[in-house]
Amino acid sequence: MAEDVQQGVARIVAEQAMIDAADIKPATKLEDLGLDSLALVEVVFGIEETFDISVPYNANDPSASDFKLDTVGEVIDGVKQLIAEKA
Amino acid sequence: MTAARRVAVTGVGVVSALGTGYREHSAGLKEGRLGIQPISLFDPERLMVKIAGEAKQYTGEDHFSRSELSFLDRVSQLALTAAAEAVEQSGLEIGEELGLRAATIMGSAMGGQQTQDENYYAVYHEMKNRVHPFIVPRLMTNAPVSQISMKYGLMGPAYVVSTACSSSNHAIGQAFHQVRSGAMDVAFTGGAESILCFGGMKAWEGLRVMSKDACRPFSKTRNGMVLGEGAAVLILEALDHAKARGAPIIAEITGFGMTADAGDIVQPSEDGAARALTLALSDGAMAPEEIGYINAHGTATAMNDRVEAAVIKRVLREQARNVMVSSSKSMHGHAIGAAGALEAVATIMALSEGVVPPTIGHEEEDPEIGLDVVPNQAREVSVDAALSNSFAFGGLNAVLAMRRWQD
Repeated sequence: MAEDVQQGVARIVAEQAMIDAADIKPATKLEDLGLDSLALVEVVFGIEETFDISVPYNANDPSASDFKLDTVGEVIDGVKQLIAEKA
Repeated sequence: MTAARRVAVTGVGVVSALGTGYREHSAGLKEGRLGIQPISLFDPERLMVKIAGEAKQYTGEDHFSRSELSFLDRVSQLALTAAAEAVEQSGLEIGEELGLRAATIMGSAMGGQQTQDENYYAVYHEMKNRVHPFIVPRLMTNAPVSQISMKYGLMGPAYVVSTACSSSNHAIGQAFHQVRSGAMDVAFTGGAESILCFGGMKAWEGLRVMSKDACRPFSKTRNGMVLGEGAAVLILEALDHAKARGAPIIAEITGFGMTADAGDIVQPSEDGAARALTLALSDGAMAPEEIGYINAHGTATAMNDRVEAAVIKRVLREQARNVMVSSSKSMHGHAIGAAGALEAVATIMALSEGVVPPTIGHEEEDPEIGLDVVPNQAREVSVDAALSNSFAFGGLNAVLAMRRWQD
């Protein structure tokens, strides 16, 4: 399952950044991939649809959310936590 | 070509979350009343955002017969109810001769959204194979305009303007042009919108720009917009025509500016909006120093409010220190295609009654705004000239300029 989350997040982020998923590393910053707030909204949507979870994210105030979107690793950890909370 | 004429507002009608009728709506604006409440029009169970500015006072059965209602989506009902009030206030009697010189130009972004939502549910979810015969005349976006034109015998230009959140301001601007140019003597204008249904709310949720708790425009603590609904109709009339029949003159529309950002489908641009404000001022032959009040677009999204504040400072220069800027959306929510019409009513109230509506929900000053946003309490102060801003998704900007009525 852990493998799936990592691959899934990498695929979703890569799709928005229009790069190869293999080039996505946990330390990769979403901002460095050129993802703006709209792309982030699409990433969040992709994650919710893929993992059947609800991500608390408001584009007006991303910092207010517990869900961190700075690096790919943070996104992966956040998704794992939400899946665990759901179970 | 006829020389440009002055354009008077001689009637106002409104339905909003603050109430049905100008008296209720304006009382709400003066009290700083919160019209945004838990959703009750439908079951919000599966929504993330469960609040909206519903016109709770409004019930279709109070205003229309059952046979009339079969042709009227809620958006048309709200439009007709506002039109009835406006025409009554104006005292206009529309015979055949005036009917030929009367325009009907309304804003609506989404049309009969509730009819569409209910009937998609019926055919896709309930697997029904037929729908009510009048679904198309109910849901078409021009339905509110056609219903008003039919009801009052308005036979001049009649059309709906659909430019998302700027729809009403574009419509009022077009009506203003019709009357000012001499093409028409009167115009019924404004806007109507009612998208508060499950599908409509879900679509907006998707954008992740909605607040779950409150609309707090310009406050540092703002966290998004809240949807509303409603309608407002203004009767615009050539000043000489209004005077000749001894009509009540409530305010004067003096200018209109419209531009496109030609940029991004959702992100606003300072340049495009600033050009619209500048055009409205020059069209109305008004100097920035004259503007005492601006009814802001003020959606309470992080981006809009920051950009709008910068635009106001850029265009009004020194006057930005003095001008009062408020967002009545904090009270009645964002009525999308009807927003500009509801806000024109708030602007007219400031000019005609000397009460500036507040921006409620103000909790903390945002240094990036740096304007007098009339926090939380209405202000009694005479206003001679005002602007009303609308900036739409798709980069479409429309700004109205108005004056207090002085002969």
